[in-house]
Amino acid sequence: MVTVVLFYLFAVILVGSALRVITAKNPVHSVLFLVLAFVTASCLWLMLNVEFLALSLILIYVGAVMVLFLFVVMMLDIDLEEIRSGFWKNLPLAILLGVVILAEMVTILVRRPIVVTGTADVQVLNPDNLSNSYQVGWLMYTQYSYPVELASMILLLGLVVAVALTLRKTNKNAKYQNIAAQVATSSTGRVTMLKMSTEIDQIATNEVAKEVIAEITSADGGSKK
Amino acid sequence: MIGINHYLVLSAILFAISVMGIFLNRKNIIVVLMSIELMLLAVNFNFITFSSFLHNLAGQVFVFFTLTVAAAESAIGLAVLIILFRNLRSINVQDMDSLHG
Repeated sequence: MVTVVLFYLFAVILVGSALRVITAKNPVHSVLFLVLAFVTASCLWLMLNVEFLALSLILIYVGAVMVLFLFVVMMLDIDLEEIRSGFWKNLPLAILLGVVILAEMVTILVRRPIVVTGTADVQVLNPDNLSNSYQVGWLMYTQYSYPVELASMILLLGLVVAVALTLRKTNKNAKYQNIAAQVATSSTGRVTMLKMSTEIDQIATNEVAKEVIAEITSADGGSKK
Repeated sequence: MIGINHYLVLSAILFAISVMGIFLNRKNIIVVLMSIELMLLAVNFNFITFSSFLHNLAGQVFVFFTLTVAAAESAIGLAVLIILFRNLRSINVQDMDSLHG
């Protein structure tokens, strides 16, 4: 009985906050209602005994992604009236589309409700003794260890791309790579070929070599000669 | 008693709401991104429901990967949004027509 009441309470809050996300005038309110939606969804996941993902949803989404959204929304200077101008014009079409999608999906579920019979074949360790976090962690570091490493590479990619996109080269003293100059370079621009004999004393006629030798001797304080 | 179909209908409602959100806020790209996050939540809800009712943990591991990809996606999307606003001074989707698509 308690679970029924809790389910309907959370479901109403979830649907209501999702509706407010898409109808709120101010994008800041949208973000805050989205936070409420995620927290409520996490409560519903807890009712399904999915503790690990419920808590990581709060940590990842509410703690990181939504704060990022809030940061961006507050940083940008948005014209609220202009951005909302097509709202009422699009409303009938959007409601029609939403109702059709919902009706299709719900019709299938109502006409032929899904009946869960027994358990699926594999991947249940020992649900009675072990916590959900233990089981999911066990799976992630044994059977799914390679996909977990790939996921970490995707996160690294996101980090690098986000920094590379938003980096602004405003600091005059900072040193940056000039990739075009690096690619356009050739060996003649880097190396000066000198023609000189092996003995410094018997310097040949090469003008450049003479200059170089003069530099060397002046730097040594004339001690070499 | 709350069965599997209750959860599936709830996630269907969430999905329909987020599709409506994309249509309603076609000009505001931030709300479009938020609707996509809501859509991913609805899909994750399906995964979690089946995983819980079938006692199969593969769905939960998949949701973990979905969360990872969604986090990376929103980070890159917001970075693109920032440079877009820096160049255009607006986040209106109608202004982003420099490719004349």
